[in-house]
Amino acid sequence: MERAVRTRLGDGSLVEMTPGEIKADLIAGSELGARRAKAPLLEDHEIDHLLDIFSSESKFSAVDLGDEVVLSFDGSGNLDSGTRVDELYSYQSHRGADMLELFGIDYSYKAIKTILSYEAQSMKTAQLNLIAPLQYGAMPDLGRYSMPDGPIPNWSELMPLGRIDEAREAQEAAVGHAVADMVFVADGMWEAGADGMDFDTAGAAGDADLLAALTAIETIKARYPDIGIELGMASECVLGMHGQLTYKGRRLAGMWPLEQMKVAQEAGATMFGPAVNVNTTKSIAWNVARACTLIKPCMAEAEIPIHPNVGMGVGGVPMTPYPPVDATSRVSRAMVDILKIDGL
Amino acid sequence: MGVGDPLGMACSHALASGMGGMRTAGDLVGRMQMTRGMRLKEAKRHVADRLGVAVADLADPVAMHDVRRDLGLGRIPVQELTYPNEPGAIEAKFRIAEVLDVPINCVRRFAQHAGLAARAWA
Repeated sequence: MERAVRTRLGDGSLVEMTPGEIKADLIAGSELGARRAKAPLLEDHEIDHLLDIFSSESKFSAVDLGDEVVLSFDGSGNLDSGTRVDELYSYQSHRGADMLELFGIDYSYKAIKTILSYEAQSMKTAQLNLIAPLQYGAMPDLGRYSMPDGPIPNWSELMPLGRIDEAREAQEAAVGHAVADMVFVADGMWEAGADGMDFDTAGAAGDADLLAALTAIETIKARYPDIGIELGMASECVLGMHGQLTYKGRRLAGMWPLEQMKVAQEAGATMFGPAVNVNTTKSIAWNVARACTLIKPCMAEAEIPIHPNVGMGVGGVPMTPYPPVDATSRVSRAMVDILKIDGL
Repeated sequence: MGVGDPLGMACSHALASGMGGMRTAGDLVGRMQMTRGMRLKEAKRHVADRLGVAVADLADPVAMHDVRRDLGLGRIPVQELTYPNEPGAIEAKFRIAEVLDVPINCVRRFAQHAGLAARAWA
């Protein structure tokens, strides 16, 4: 009889599984990812390596010496202690951050626009005091432009009424507002000395949300060729809330990580972060195998660094406020060992 | 991405797979990715060549402590180790721009605002 090892589900809870059960989950996760995205399955030796990682009883797991990758540390400038600049300094000095990110707690470019002068002053202060590269981050957050929060008719209310054309027109109008706000904030941040901009959880409101981010990136990169731009996704598949939007001839709705990476690259992003959301009822082994299968096609074709999302509830990291070290370290190692990623 | 999530997992990722930031050359490799869009292998090779070290040294804090001192790339001041007469903060970034041959936005602006003569970073 196989011994059982302790592992976790996507919600972080501990469960006992045998290596045979873990292997079955790895295969099932890879098969689901491959079927949905029409991607190749993980190879046998990759499944075997993941099985070694997830069948271990050790509290911690890590990559081999020499295989270390760059960590982008978005979300590092929060207010856990002192000022945001204090916190950034702490991440730089005490937590080994390879990159840093300043952000406002209302993580939306629409909101940041209204306090840009204060945010830009914080960026300038931070740049004078820090050494690691520092970007500014927020979400495109297209939903904020719909009523009652914004000026545009609410497409989520129009669609159930069958007013599809009006819902599409509303999203197209919102894109214009979002692009203007993102470019406005980037202008201010570049003037304040930012090294780069992060457009995080792009596509959260669907294909129009992603189109806004891509359009803004194209404008910003043309204006400031030396600016760094990180595009991070909201999910593995772009929702077709509009359904007909294209970027340079490519339909955005239904895009999986490989196609997302191609449009990000074409728009001018210097780093791309694919996101695969966690199924909280499945094991982390299942979730990691699915995430690796969905992201793997990016690795061969990318010309820019790929930094998969491995924050709370993405990439296999459990959806819980304090993701356990045993689970997080295994996700970290698996992404590096299997995908040969450029960073996390 | 997501590594720095609040209440999250920054330390777990840093120990499991991270280069080490300023304890090593992680920030330098990261800068080449952010600004130049270099993939990891290319970024590590570029930084190693510019620093005159092996790629394997880049994530070694013992090796990089001396390299960062010799090239003035900034080190982490702590209670027992302070470097008041070495480049730090914006000063170190002037050196990084030259050593890595990469434009740094805030360095350019500092030079312009301070009226410094045009150089590689200005």
